[in-house]
Amino acid sequence: MTSPLQQKLKITGPVVVTANRLRDGAVVYRTVEGQWSPRLDQAAVVSTAPAATELLAAAVVDDVSAVGAYVAPVRIGADGRPEPGNLRETIRHAGPTIASAITTEI
Amino acid sequence: MYVYDELDRTIVAERVAEFRDQVGRRISGELTEEEFKPLRLMNGVYLQLHAYMLRIAIPYGTLASRQLRMLAHVGRRYDRNYGHFTTRQNIQFNWIKLEDLPDAAADLASVGLHGIQTSGNCVRNITTDQWSGVAPDEIEDARIWAEVLRQHTTLHPEFSFLPRKFKIAVTAAPHDRAAVKVHDIGLRLHRNGAGETGFEVLVGGGLGRTPFIAKSIRPFLPKRDVLSYVEAVLRVYNQFARRDNLYKSRIKILVHDLGAEAFAREVEAEWQHIKDGPLALDPAVVAEIAARFRYPDYARLNDNPPEVVQLRKADRRFDVWHGNAVAKHKVPGYAIVTLSLKPEGGPPGDATSDQMDAIADLADRYSFGEIRVGHEQNLVLPHVAQRDLGELWRALDAIGVATPNIGLVSDIISCPGLDYCSLANARSIPIAQELTRRFRDLGLARELGRLHINISGCINACGHHHVGHIGILGVEKNGEEFYQITLGGRADERAELGTLLGPAVPYGKVADIVEEVVAAYLELRERPNETFLETVKRLGVEPFKERVYATH
Repeated sequence: MTSPLQQKLKITGPVVVTANRLRDGAVVYRTVEGQWSPRLDQAAVVSTAPAATELLAAAVVDDVSAVGAYVAPVRIGADGRPEPGNLRETIRHAGPTIASAITTEI
Repeated sequence: MYVYDELDRTIVAERVAEFRDQVGRRISGELTEEEFKPLRLMNGVYLQLHAYMLRIAIPYGTLASRQLRMLAHVGRRYDRNYGHFTTRQNIQFNWIKLEDLPDAAADLASVGLHGIQTSGNCVRNITTDQWSGVAPDEIEDARIWAEVLRQHTTLHPEFSFLPRKFKIAVTAAPHDRAAVKVHDIGLRLHRNGAGETGFEVLVGGGLGRTPFIAKSIRPFLPKRDVLSYVEAVLRVYNQFARRDNLYKSRIKILVHDLGAEAFAREVEAEWQHIKDGPLALDPAVVAEIAARFRYPDYARLNDNPPEVVQLRKADRRFDVWHGNAVAKHKVPGYAIVTLSLKPEGGPPGDATSDQMDAIADLADRYSFGEIRVGHEQNLVLPHVAQRDLGELWRALDAIGVATPNIGLVSDIISCPGLDYCSLANARSIPIAQELTRRFRDLGLARELGRLHINISGCINACGHHHVGHIGILGVEKNGEEFYQITLGGRADERAELGTLLGPAVPYGKVADIVEEVVAAYLELRERPNETFLETVKRLGVEPFKERVYATH
């Protein structure tokens, strides 16, 4: 398995570090305080490769709270809060787009 | 039904205890994710986009009602009240928590269900014709041979770390309902000129990034040799297939690179060493396995009971459903009934826990407690007395599984796609949902006749798009979802890969394009009973392409 830290990061805009919570698989984001939160608006947002690498390195060390950490793009909304930067991240954040799927808030 | 023995129960129980320990050690931090991942995968546990997913094998697609009730229970207690039946006779739960998995596995084990070998580079769930044992055209019950192979390949140490996953399918009828030609090994039981039954052995079929139709490497293999020959194929694969490149590690690549004849020579050479050893099947052992398949105590009944004939005349909806979902059974007076998990606007293959419970009850009342799962993502009640069809239809209709669209345009095969799957590039289910709305007119669907739409959300092809009459493959282009459309694929005994229609189209155009293709078919067909596949075969994709790309 290639460690995410061995991959060269190419950052073209604001990004966050995201992963899945170990116990239940829920989508979580790395916060400024070095914790994991299910809320994207609590995520630490960085815009440079060194900052993203540092954020990811700290996240990967914590192998027990969350798994599969990686850098994901975000857009900054009109209210200044981060929003998912692509469809995959939108679905991870908001859940399936299937109208009739039985989903509940995590 | 097949009745598992003490050995099977012990294997499953031991695995649950082992897995409980492993999960506990992972949660405590004693195991790293790198250490734990292969262990969870061996138990069918994946980490998907927004949750863990548990895949449970349904060997040869046969379920007892108590097993289906347990699946309903798992959905209700540990998941979100539904499960997804897949294209390989498995069921997946999409929202299960890691900390709940040991309890869920224990509950499943209490009825002989598990996720062992539903993931990883091993021999996966062995699939068959969902009508095995009841189909009038079958030579014998294919499940017996699937069970022989299941027993041999379960926890087989030599085949636990193959170069890549390995899928085997068995059919024992002239009409292939198990898609054996798109499997790593397809076994086709048939009768030779001397009237003996044996297997044609097909290898190297598969879809995914590099699709191939399987090549026949042995036209007739005596039944006593099926284990040793499959073992020889697996050994040759294990020895020669590439392990350095994930995309070239399946047996289809090896068979293609070596050539089928050279591959067959390697297999024959290996087989000579083992064919007369302990793997030669003792007919007594096969008979013992066959005896553990319990068949119902059928009543002596006649076909076409008057009450059903009358109801067909009196009730148009019943008549339409009967004409679509009810198939001939090998025993007079009985029928095979397919339950559609493809309602208008529904995700293909999904069933709620309430539906599963209700179907289990109906199986007890009308089908000797037995349910089947087909690779087309529908369920089957295999032993229904024809006189009960009216009552059964009303009950199935009440729970939403009597849409009369089996084999028709809205009976869509679809993978979970980007709504769930971490491998996907594009969504599949919403495309399927939109198409079922566009083709909600079942009169039109019947007019179109047999027409299979298969959708995959990525090149891995879990939705079997290459062999859809209309195949739809989701790809990503510059961050947007695009879809390639193929025509003319088929997965049966005359399996073929579809031909690309033209450039990929964006998400919002897919349903329009499919409607155009269908409209073109209606114009181009020579006669009302020329099927979609026959028209595509006769004309190629060009006339369809001209029409579709002229309009869009």
